[in-house]
Amino acid sequence: MSKEQELHDTLEQAQSTQEARMGSGTDDRFNSKLREAFGASPFILTKFDQFMNWVRGNSMFMLLFGIACCSIEMMHTYATKHDLDRFGAGVPRASPRQADVIIVPGTIVSKFGPRLKRVYDQMPEPKFVVSMGSCTVSGGPFQEGYNVIKGAEEIIPVDIHVPGCPPRPEALVYGVLKLQEQIREGESAPVTVKPYELEEFGDLERDELVQQLANEIDEDDLVMRYNWVDSP
Amino acid sequence: MSLEQPRQRDVGVTPDGELDYDELADLLEEYLLDREEHMNAQGFVVRPDEVAAVLETLREEAGFDHLSLVTAQDYQDRYESIYHLKKYSDPTHELSVVVPTTRENPLSQSAAPVFETANWHEREAYDLVGIEYDEHPDLRRILLPETWQGHPLSSDYNQDQPQIVPLREQADPMEHKTQAPDEQDAMFVNIGPHHPATHGVLHLKTVLDGEQVVDVDPDIGYLHRCEEQMCEQSTYRHQIMPYPDRWDYISAGILNEWAYARTAETLADIEVPDYAQVIRTMSAEMCRIAAHLLAVGTFALDIYGDFTAIFMYAITDREKVQHLLEDLTGQRLMFNYLRLGGLAWDLPEPREEYFENVRNFCEYIPERLEEYHNLLTGNELFQMRVLDTGVLPPEKAKDYGCTGPVARASGIDYDLRRDDPYGYYDELEFDVVTRDGCDNFARASVRLEEIRQSARIIEQCVDLLEDWPEDEREIQSNVPRTLKPDPDTEVYKAVEGAKGELGIYIRSDGSDKPGRFKIRSPAFCNLQSMEVLAEGEYIPDMVAALGSLDIVLGEVDR
Repeated sequence: MSKEQELHDTLEQAQSTQEARMGSGTDDRFNSKLREAFGASPFILTKFDQFMNWVRGNSMFMLLFGIACCSIEMMHTYATKHDLDRFGAGVPRASPRQADVIIVPGTIVSKFGPRLKRVYDQMPEPKFVVSMGSCTVSGGPFQEGYNVIKGAEEIIPVDIHVPGCPPRPEALVYGVLKLQEQIREGESAPVTVKPYELEEFGDLERDELVQQLANEIDEDDLVMRYNWVDSP
Repeated sequence: MSLEQPRQRDVGVTPDGELDYDELADLLEEYLLDREEHMNAQGFVVRPDEVAAVLETLREEAGFDHLSLVTAQDYQDRYESIYHLKKYSDPTHELSVVVPTTRENPLSQSAAPVFETANWHEREAYDLVGIEYDEHPDLRRILLPETWQGHPLSSDYNQDQPQIVPLREQADPMEHKTQAPDEQDAMFVNIGPHHPATHGVLHLKTVLDGEQVVDVDPDIGYLHRCEEQMCEQSTYRHQIMPYPDRWDYISAGILNEWAYARTAETLADIEVPDYAQVIRTMSAEMCRIAAHLLAVGTFALDIYGDFTAIFMYAITDREKVQHLLEDLTGQRLMFNYLRLGGLAWDLPEPREEYFENVRNFCEYIPERLEEYHNLLTGNELFQMRVLDTGVLPPEKAKDYGCTGPVARASGIDYDLRRDDPYGYYDELEFDVVTRDGCDNFARASVRLEEIRQSARIIEQCVDLLEDWPEDEREIQSNVPRTLKPDPDTEVYKAVEGAKGELGIYIRSDGSDKPGRFKIRSPAFCNLQSMEVLAEGEYIPDMVAALGSLDIVLGEVDR
């Protein structure tokens, strides 16, 4: 038997198996023309993705993560009166490994930047980010500070920005609802340019600053390099 | 002003309780180079290699046992460290010790051997301004990453230069440690900066022996938002006021705004109408209630371990007081309500309805406190957990410059509202709550009782406001559109914030922006005492001790 013949037989067998499974005669529900045209798997997979998106949107585990002023309003959002749990998004998890959504509630400064990146990296896929407050949009009132990162998007990709200083709990609830809507629609997080990636110190270009720090930092250490001039 | 009389009269105090700077100058004659006039006190200029001796003399002989703040700044021709001294027995007795150093060799003797609290203050001065302190036990950066280039508050700093921040810089905290005992049993645990028990972004480097804490070194600066730089870039009249809200952001905004208002009003000699003072007092006490409620709620969270009843009750009650504050100021958290010389606007209309809401809230407070006492202080489990843990003896508390509820729980009768009155406090009746327990329990219990006292103050304010004649409701005095205080005027003033003595030092440079703006953060000083509280305790008790200190990182790092 030639190779081609073998392949042909297998395919034919597969075809017939499919036909056998679908049964003979017309069945409106299962044997539609559409299904014949697409074959079995793509149809079901699409549905399953949608189902998963719907599930994801309605059962979100939030990371228990407080940075600054906004975390106070975030606590109020979780607690009585506003009760984020009503929307299926009110289970704060203390470990990033158990969380789906990270709300970034506050100013990010240079010392915290690498750690925010690390916390984000520890979360399992798929993960979503809500940035809360003006500081995470642009640095907010502290934008001109020598130590302040000009927005969370410099470090991690952000799905929803909730502006305000700080946003009211209602605003955060709205932001979370918008995120759920986005997830249900199957829209993924926008891929943003991330200028500040963690990189190994040994891989950095040997400029003056790197030379100066060479004795203090191990080659293998992860570092973040801030180029203040380039940030918005 | 404490009840027990000092053994003998301190040097430099006249028989009627006034401070006599000439007598102090005589005491320090061998050290004294010059005398300066600051608005709050006189400044004694001393040589940079005699700082410790001067401070030691002042503490032992003249009773200046409270190093409130160390301000560092740089001038064209010199660097300067100012040690702001006060007395726990009477905070109106103030003295500044000014230590100039040359620009070429900014080396000054450390005050850390005399006052423990100088340790962190001088590290901050080194970090931000670049003054080096001789004989300092551990001079390294405190707010900025270890690898930072330059000192951002010094005049030759280039803000645009790139910086490299490593992730693993504190991976082995043992390297700097000398007091860890036999190394075989010691274990290092990094708690934070992202950890639910640290109340924000605090990093505790702990050395453990089994389950007991041998040493703890708080690593701060994860929320250092350059508040001092921001204030130095802003104009006195309107631009600075929003920033204080963001120091102690646990709804304590008006208390912080008042610290700035008091300092700037002293600096520019602005009168505030009585009516505005009463409203200030009322709203500030509402803020104190909100802040203490969160402190109690999160403390319960630390002790009992989950989002259970007490935390939710505290948040529910906070919502109520935030609602009142929102009616008054238009904001839930960042009020921006005070103005130099007065307030943004008057009470909301209809006034009767607002008064009724406030009264209802004040009446509701005692019954809620009953509930909190049942759930917390009266609960045997709670008592077993927090009694006699995290002990801070009063001498240590003074040494570390602790103020506020932390100091009062160690039996130090110190409250600026009574001892250095401002606003309308000297006309109102309230008790300063103190406890002698010195432990976590005492600190929680002081806060609960202070809520009751604050409600008392608010009720008295409402009484006053209700009877205030309609044509005398002046909320704002005349203040020039642009404030330009005389150049080189220096002032340091403090108020009783939610966490303790919140002070601000301003040096004017003749423009409409401050030349130097320095914040004395109570949480910064209180947190430093962590090493006393935690040493020898079990890890959960250390977490409880941290909760009972009630730090807020926005204020610690500024």
